[in-house]
Amino acid sequence: MIQQVLFVLIAGASLGYAVLQFLKIRRNIKLGKDEPIAGDTAERWRNVLLIALGQKKMFTRMIPAVLHLFIYVAFVLTQVELLEIFVDGISGQHRVFWPILGGFYTFVISFIEILSVLALVATIAFLARRNVLRVARFHQPEMKGWPFKDANYILFLEVALIFFIFLMNSADMARHNDEYGFVVSQFLSPIWSGTGDGLLHVLERIGWWGHILVVFAFLNYLPFSKHLHIILAFPNTFYARLAPRGEMENMPEIMNEVKNMLGLPVENAGAEVNMDNLEFGANDVFSLSWKNVLDAYSCTECGRCTSVCPANLTGKKLSPRKIVMDIRDRAEEIGKKLDTKDTQYAKDKAQPLSAANFEDGKSLFDYISREEIHACTTCNACVEACPVLINPLEPILKLRRYEILSLSEGPSEWLPMFNSMENNGAVWAMSVEREAWKNEL
Amino acid sequence: MNVFTMAEMAAEGREPEILFWVGCAGSFDARAQKVTKAFCQILDTVGMSFAILGNEEMCTGDPARRAGNEFVFQMLALQNVQTLNGYNIKKIVTACPHCFNTLKNEYPALGGNYEVVHHSQLLQELINTGRVKMQEGGTFKGKKITYHDSCYLGRVNGVYEAPRSVLASLDAQLVEMKRCKTNGLCCGAGGAQMFKEDEPGEKRINLERAEEALATGAGIIAANCPFCLTMMQDGVKAKDKQDEVMVYDLAELIVDSMVKI
Ligand code: SF4
Ligand code: SF4
Repeated sequence: MIQQVLFVLIAGASLGYAVLQFLKIRRNIKLGKDEPIAGDTAERWRNVLLIALGQKKMFTRMIPAVLHLFIYVAFVLTQVELLEIFVDGISGQHRVFWPILGGFYTFVISFIEILSVLALVATIAFLARRNVLRVARFHQPEMKGWPFKDANYILFLEVALIFFIFLMNSADMARHNDEYGFVVSQFLSPIWSGTGDGLLHVLERIGWWGHILVVFAFLNYLPFSKHLHIILAFPNTFYARLAPRGEMENMPEIMNEVKNMLGLPVENAGAEVNMDNLEFGANDVFSLSWKNVLDAYSCTECGRCTSVCPANLTGKKLSPRKIVMDIRDRAEEIGKKLDTKDTQYAKDKAQPLSAANFEDGKSLFDYISREEIHACTTCNACVEACPVLINPLEPILKLRRYEILSLSEGPSEWLPMFNSMENNGAVWAMSVEREAWKNEL
Repeated sequence: MNVFTMAEMAAEGREPEILFWVGCAGSFDARAQKVTKAFCQILDTVGMSFAILGNEEMCTGDPARRAGNEFVFQMLALQNVQTLNGYNIKKIVTACPHCFNTLKNEYPALGGNYEVVHHSQLLQELINTGRVKMQEGGTFKGKKITYHDSCYLGRVNGVYEAPRSVLASLDAQLVEMKRCKTNGLCCGAGGAQMFKEDEPGEKRINLERAEEALATGAGIIAANCPFCLTMMQDGVKAKDKQDEVMVYDLAELIVDSMVKI
C-alpha cells in the first residue's frame, strides 16, 4: 500500500513537472513569428514515417545508424513494459499481464530483453565513440561543456535503465522458479541461486523502482537536453518545408515597394506599408519563424551538418550546428527572462513583461558573429545532411537579410557588386555590351 | 553563325523554340563566354531555333538575394520577368545553375512562370533523341573524366543523372570523386562568395575540392557552372597542375566530340 501511494505521488509529481517544462518549450517555440504551413499533408506524413519513424537519413552512415536503431527500437518497445509497470504501480499487482497473456507475455518481454542487450552494446559503443575514439564531430568548439556532458549523461542513464530491467527480471525469475522463461534473464537468474526469498524480493523491488525512477528522471531531463529530439523529431519532420530547396522565401513588402518604384501594378495592394519602420530579416528569435525555433529544439547535436559544411571543413568559423544550437540557447535565455516577470527586461517598463513587450538589449548577433554568417556558400549540404530535416541555412540567410536590409551593413566587397547590379544589370561593371560576345562567333 | 536576340526575332514576327538565358558570367567572363559559344554552336548544329535576350537580359539577382539584398534582387528580377513575359517566353535553357535555380524556383512568386531547363538536361535530350550525334572515337574516348556536381544543379535541384549521361556519350571513363552527388562538395563560389574575399580559415574551399578532383587521377574535370569552372581552374592552378588537368564545361566537351555537318 505504501508503495502504491508513493508511486502515485512520484508519478504525479514528475509528470506534472515535465508537463510544465514542455509547456515552456512550446511557449519558447512560439516566440518565433507565425508562418503558415503550406503544402501537401500526405507528403508531410510521408516525411514523418520515413525520416522520423523510419530513420531514413540516418542510414547514410551505416554503423551509427544501426547502433542508433538498436537504442531507438528498444526504447519504443520498452514502453510496453512501462505500461505494465504503471498498472502494477497504481494497482499494487505484480506483472499484471502475465496471467492474461501467458506465453505471449514471455515472448514480448524476451523480445524487449534481446533489444535491451543490443541497446546496451550500442550505448557502450556510443560512449566509446565520444570518449575513447573521440570522433571529430563530437569535439568541435560548440560541443565544449554542457553539450558534451549532456550526451554522456543520457548514455549513462541508458545503462542504468538496462541494468535495472535485468536486475528486476532476473531476481523475479529466481523467485518464481524461472517460470516466466525470459530469454536473457534465464541466464542471469542463476546468479541469485541460494539467495533467500526476502532478499530476492528486495532486489526485484530495487530493479522495479530503479527502472521507473530513471524513466521519470529521463522525462524531466529531456527539456534541458538534446534528447528532446526523441519527441520533437516527429513534429519537426511533419512541419519541414516542402517548397523547392532552392527557393528563398519571397518578401512581398519589398516586392511591392519595388513594383511601385518600377511603375508595375501591385496586386492586393492593401494598406500602404511604411517602409521606414520595417525591420527585414531576423536578428532574434522573435523575427525568426516558429519553425526555425522548433528546428533548434529538435537538434540532436550530431554535427552531421557541420561535418559536411565546406566553410567549416576549410577552417572557417561557421558551423551550422552551432547556428542551430545558438538559436535554442537564445530562445531559452528569453524564456528564462520572461519567467522572472522582471520589468527590467520590458520595452515599456510600465507594462507587464511579455513576449511582445520584451527588450533585454541582446540579440542573436550576441551569439552568432558576422564572420560566421558571411562564410556560408548556401550549398545546402547541411540541409541535405540533417537526419531530422532541420534547415540551418534558412536562419543564416535571415540574419544576412537583417544585416544588409535593416542595418545597411555587411561585407564591404559586396557593395560594388550591388551597385553594378543596380546600375548595369550585371554582377560586374563592364564597359562592353552584354551581347558583345556574339559578334565573335 | 548568327545568334538572334528576341528583339530581332520579334521584329520579324518569329518565335524561337527556346530562349537561351546567357547570364552575367556567360556574357562577360572570358572563360564562361567560351561555354556560351560552344553551346550556341551545338544548338546551331542541330538546327534548334533559339534566341537570347541580349542587352535586355539582366542578372537574375541570385547573388544579391543570397547576400541578403532583397531590394536589388527584386529590382532585377521584376524587370526580367517583365521582359520575359513581354516576349511571351515559355521555355528557357541556361548554362548557369544559379540562373537556372532562380528562374525556375524563385520567379514564379514574382509572376514569371516558365519551363526552365539546365543545358545539361537539354544536351541529354538532344543526345538521346539522336539530334546530337557523337563522332566515332571522339577526342575523349577512353580518357578519365571526373565530374564536379554544382550545388545548385545537384543538391538544390536534384539533377545528378543528366550531366553524367551526357558525359557517358563521350565514351570516356567517368571516375567519381569521394564526395559526389548528394554529398558533393561545394566549389566555394555560391551564396555570393564569388564576389568577396574568403572569411579567415585554413584553406580555400576550391583548393580542397580541386585536391579531391586531382586525387581521382582524371585528366579532365567536367563542370556545369561558370563559377565552378573558375573555382576549379584556380584550384588546379594553385596545385600547379594546369598543364596536365583541364577543366571544361559539358558543352565544350560535347562540341568537341559531336558530328558537325
Ligand atoms: S549551406 Fe552554408 S552552413 Fe550549410 S553547409 Fe553550406 S556553407 Fe555550410
Ligand atoms: S542540425 Fe541536424 S545535422 Fe546538424 S547537428 Fe542538429 S540534428 Fe545534427
